[in-house]
Amino acid sequence: MDFFHAHQAQHYLVLAALLFALGAAGVVLRRNAIIILMSIELMLNAVNLTFLAFARFPLVPNSPMGSFLHGHTAVFFVIATAAAEAAVGLAIIIAVFRSRTTVHVDEFDSLRF
Amino acid sequence: MEAILFYVFAAGVLGASAQVVLRRNPIYGAVSLVGAFFFLAGIYLLLSAPLIAILQVMIYAGAVMVLFVFVIMLLNLKEEELGEPKWTFWKGAGLVAVIAGTGILVWKALGPAYPGAPAIDNAVRMAGTGFGGVKAVGRTLYLASVLPFEVTSLLLLVAIVAAVVVAKGKI
Repeated sequence: MDFFHAHQAQHYLVLAALLFALGAAGVVLRRNAIIILMSIELMLNAVNLTFLAFARFPLVPNSPMGSFLHGHTAVFFVIATAAAEAAVGLAIIIAVFRSRTTVHVDEFDSLRF
Repeated sequence: MEAILFYVFAAGVLGASAQVVLRRNPIYGAVSLVGAFFFLAGIYLLLSAPLIAILQVMIYAGAVMVLFVFVIMLLNLKEEELGEPKWTFWKGAGLVAVIAGTGILVWKALGPAYPGAPAIDNAVRMAGTGFGGVKAVGRTLYLASVLPFEVTSLLLLVAIVAAVVVAKGKI
């Protein structure tokens, strides 16, 4: 058991899995729309961590795509998409709050206002 | 040294993220999430990704979380409007079981993927090429994925317009 010695990909991947599980649990358990959005950000960050872990510790010695930095570019795109998603999601929360005066997702049970 | 830093940062990430999920008031969750993003930036530095670490601090901890805090303060939720059911024992037990189960499952499943021999470490192999730096990542970005990069700018433009249209209500 190299739990305390090695500095290896497994550590980062397990951390990413824990972070993703935590974010997924937040999405499922919480009823506040803002906290659900924040949990989604947690899950996106877990995916970023996985990309970077595989970029530093790849499974094969030669990248089939020519460079091992494609993981970094993927993280770049994920960050940009997450920023856009947060902006639109928060705008939707504001719009719903204006008509329902709540951010409790159990109240959002009809498609028309 | 790296291992110690990793465990410190990992504990920080998981502790702050747990605050996000467990806290009743979203403002505490938002501030904890900023802390979690800073710890994650430290983890990215350990993974020799300095550019991504800086982007994480600037975009996530800077821009996105400011947006979250701004919206939380704009909505100004009262205590009774939080509308969160109380935590029960079984909810907590399920949360712990799912997270611990995921961790153990992934740890066990990754054992065969990385058998005994020392893993390939790109930070060591490519030490002279500026692995993870601005120049190297920029070259990969602009040589291999120019089109997605430009489409991303379009995506951000669409998101800005959509956010304004949705939040403004009446144009």
